Amino acid sequence: MSETTIREPLLVELSSPGRRGVRFPEADVPAAAVPEALRRTSLPLPELSEVDVVRHYTRLSHFNHAVDIDFYPLGSCTMKYNPKVNEDMARLPGFAHIHPLQPEETVQGALAVMYYLQEYLKEIVGMAGVSLQPAAGAHGELTGVLIMRAYHRSRGDTKRNKILVPDSAHGTNPASSAMSGMRVVEIPSDDRGNIDLAKLKAECDDTLVGLMITNPNTLGLFEEHIEEVVQAVHDAGGLVYGDGANLNALLGIARFGDMGFDVVHLNLHKTFSTPHGGGGPGSGPVAVAQHLVDFLPGPIVEVVDEDEENGPTYGLVMPRHSIGRVKAFYGHFGVMVRALTYILSLGGEGLRQVAEDAVLNANYLRVQLQDTYHIPYNRLCKHEFVAEGRWEDAPGVRALDISKRLMDFGFHPPTNYFPLIVHEALMIEPTETESKRTLDAFVAAMKQIAREARENPEVLHEAPHTTPFGRVDEVKAARELVLTWFDWPQQG
Amino acid sequence: MYTPHTPDERRAMLAAIGVERMEDLFADVPAKYRYPDLKLPPPMSEMEVTAEMQSLADANLTVQDFISFLGAGAYYHYVPAAVDHILRRGEFYTAYTPYQPEVSQGTLHAIFEFQSLVCALTGMEVANASLYDGATAVAEAVNMAYHVFRGKRPKAVLSPALHPQYLATVHTYYDASDREIVVPHEGDPTATPDALLDAVDDRTSLVMVQYPDFLGRVYDLSDLAEAVHARGALLGVAVNPLALGLLKPPGDFGADIVTAEGQPLGIPLSYGGPYLGLFATRKKYVRKMAGRIVGESVDTRGQRAYVLTLTAREQHIRRARATSNICTNNALMALAATVYLGLLGKDGLQQVAALNYHKAHYAAQRLAGLEGYELAFPEVPFFNEFTLKTPLPVAEINRRLLDYGILGGYDLSQDFPSLDRHMLIAVTEMNSKDEIDLLATALEAIAREAAA
Repeated sequence: MSETTIREPLLVELSSPGRRGVRFPEADVPAAAVPEALRRTSLPLPELSEVDVVRHYTRLSHFNHAVDIDFYPLGSCTMKYNPKVNEDMARLPGFAHIHPLQPEETVQGALAVMYYLQEYLKEIVGMAGVSLQPAAGAHGELTGVLIMRAYHRSRGDTKRNKILVPDSAHGTNPASSAMSGMRVVEIPSDDRGNIDLAKLKAECDDTLVGLMITNPNTLGLFEEHIEEVVQAVHDAGGLVYGDGANLNALLGIARFGDMGFDVVHLNLHKTFSTPHGGGGPGSGPVAVAQHLVDFLPGPIVEVVDEDEENGPTYGLVMPRHSIGRVKAFYGHFGVMVRALTYILSLGGEGLRQVAEDAVLNANYLRVQLQDTYHIPYNRLCKHEFVAEGRWEDAPGVRALDISKRLMDFGFHPPTNYFPLIVHEALMIEPTETESKRTLDAFVAAMKQIAREARENPEVLHEAPHTTPFGRVDEVKAARELVLTWFDWPQQG
Repeated sequence: MYTPHTPDERRAMLAAIGVERMEDLFADVPAKYRYPDLKLPPPMSEMEVTAEMQSLADANLTVQDFISFLGAGAYYHYVPAAVDHILRRGEFYTAYTPYQPEVSQGTLHAIFEFQSLVCALTGMEVANASLYDGATAVAEAVNMAYHVFRGKRPKAVLSPALHPQYLATVHTYYDASDREIVVPHEGDPTATPDALLDAVDDRTSLVMVQYPDFLGRVYDLSDLAEAVHARGALLGVAVNPLALGLLKPPGDFGADIVTAEGQPLGIPLSYGGPYLGLFATRKKYVRKMAGRIVGESVDTRGQRAYVLTLTAREQHIRRARATSNICTNNALMALAATVYLGLLGKDGLQQVAALNYHKAHYAAQRLAGLEGYELAFPEVPFFNEFTLKTPLPVAEINRRLLDYGILGGYDLSQDFPSLDRHMLIAVTEMNSKDEIDLLATALEAIAREAAA
């Protein structure tokens, strides 16, 4: 193996002693001495100019795939277009430069943003109360589990400690349950991709806290027995938690509250178009039915005074039996501004169009690809579907190869190897913001790859070819654990 | 707008699927639930929505409209223009978590730099790719320490001088679980770090303090670290990262875990979020750490490249046995902090930290000389925030300060009844000497008027 080449240096390699990118004003007050025992003696930060830094990150940005560049059919992630106006609104000085501990009378506009968003989200999912505090989906799940437990305990029902999770669930569901000290029991799926009703009922006993269920599930399928599922859990005294990760399929189509769910979390960074930011920030509001409203984390925003002349006055209020706060302050306010802008832009009819086109696009792709790729639960899907990335007559080809080859066509791969119940899973979620032209180009690429898998599998194994980087050695990374530039051997 | 299909295209696609109408795609949704009538406002054009949001923004008074001395966990600092220009690049903000390294090297490179910078700042060996905020970072520290001892040391001892919202968050996470959360002298943040030691025993996995603490105080943690280690527990320190431009890093004291609210590093106040949770520890604990980690490797073409590593800790692999449930983190805010630190560099961070220090000390000296006011802890070092005893209830003073165009300090009696008439005052590089002098003049006048 030849010497490793460096495509783009790191900050530390671009550093020159004495250089800096920002100057601050000179002090206009006398200097104060720092006690010797507390004074820092060395600060090993790199030293660069503004030009160095801007060019470095601009060049790095060219190494990324992104929604702004091309199709991003990453299943379960809802990589829809992130409207530009939302970004501008979040940066309005009246939103970006307010301190979370300012007196409430000086932030009535911000409280109104939160109040409207609370009201609209409640309406969209058909719930009685909502807290915007959770920072992301998994954080919302943890919050929801804590609410369910607090509800049972408030009724003196202390022996409940079991959470049921379908085997198709996101990994965060069992992890969130376990983190709050619950026992997790997995329920298998049946041959139509629904939760196995008999197995579910067998676990519905008086130790049941609740069921966490994603609907549509991670196969992209609407749970066909949803009414019986909810009934079974409720009959055992348990609560039904909806993972709203896949809400994009149901906007204006059906509401969790109407279906009898007790708790649901939403992902503003999926359904409500706020950007994923290369991994975050998200926002995971939790909405609950009437009997759980008092347990919500807070503070939340309420109308504290109604004045006919001047309109309502908003205030921050802690729900009566709140589980407490789940993070500092009120949640990811900047994300809320973006989501509210989106909801106001679309209105009720626009949101329903979102769900319809998201489902239309997914079914269109499913039907176009079903003769080329095996789709194990091939029925009407919602916003996504799961295909198998393998063929009997192409034994060496795996889903990963297909994914990597897709990059050569300018597309981001689908989600790989999830859900776990499908072999060599390729989970495809096109979202509503993709045009027919893009979908057709993706279908053409997928069909070409299927042909190559038989005729020229090497081109798949060696893919990607046209990206700035090839496949990365994950084993080496895990074995050598170079996690900072201080881990380099000759660091001096 | 954001849905591109024409009616003709929709018809063609429905035909390709083999259904007649859009409704047919939802035949699996029970009819009684289908198509609820959503009571939402009608759609708005971009012009209308911009005007609507602008009017809501205009209903707020900002820290640019006031002279602000408010901190208490969120600080008004200068953010160089280049930071947001990088954040606004669609290649960064419209990307997902970098699971596919071939098309995510931009994000992965930047996270590797972030991890390196966090270690440089804190004096630790490894850092993750970010958590949600300073509060949840402390909750993850409690969780990690619990797992380091495989649940055999179920107790975490937290300082009562941690940010009260961090303490509240930890209580919410674990109070009903098998982890024991002990806060000696809870409700009295004036307790000093050594007052924690009585609670530390062989069932304790973690002792967690804040540096500077919630009241702004900075203590030498060497003795505490030694005592905690002697009892076999880990020491966690929640820091203000900007202070580490000037103050000795927790790694030098022997800290095992360092957490932080990263907001001071180039992130706007934005009414409390999104901010940035920092988390760093020693390399020997890396497999117990929560969150994503990027490691260095090489690609098939011999190029140095980066990739998510040690993923077997995470929820998508290990599910109920993961080190944490975290999935989405605050990556874009981590990029902001990375660009900020890249721009400031060694000299810039030292300079801005020193400015905060000097101005806060000037303010403390000015205010302590006023009739009726005194420093609550005149002998204890501080960074950019200090506690002032006031002659009147803080809420009353702050109401009057608004008339001077001043956003006063944090009213500590909101969290601690025993700290009635105690104001937590933050002074940053954004406050000029004239502004500090105006605060002094105003406080003096308010006390005088009340006495008259």
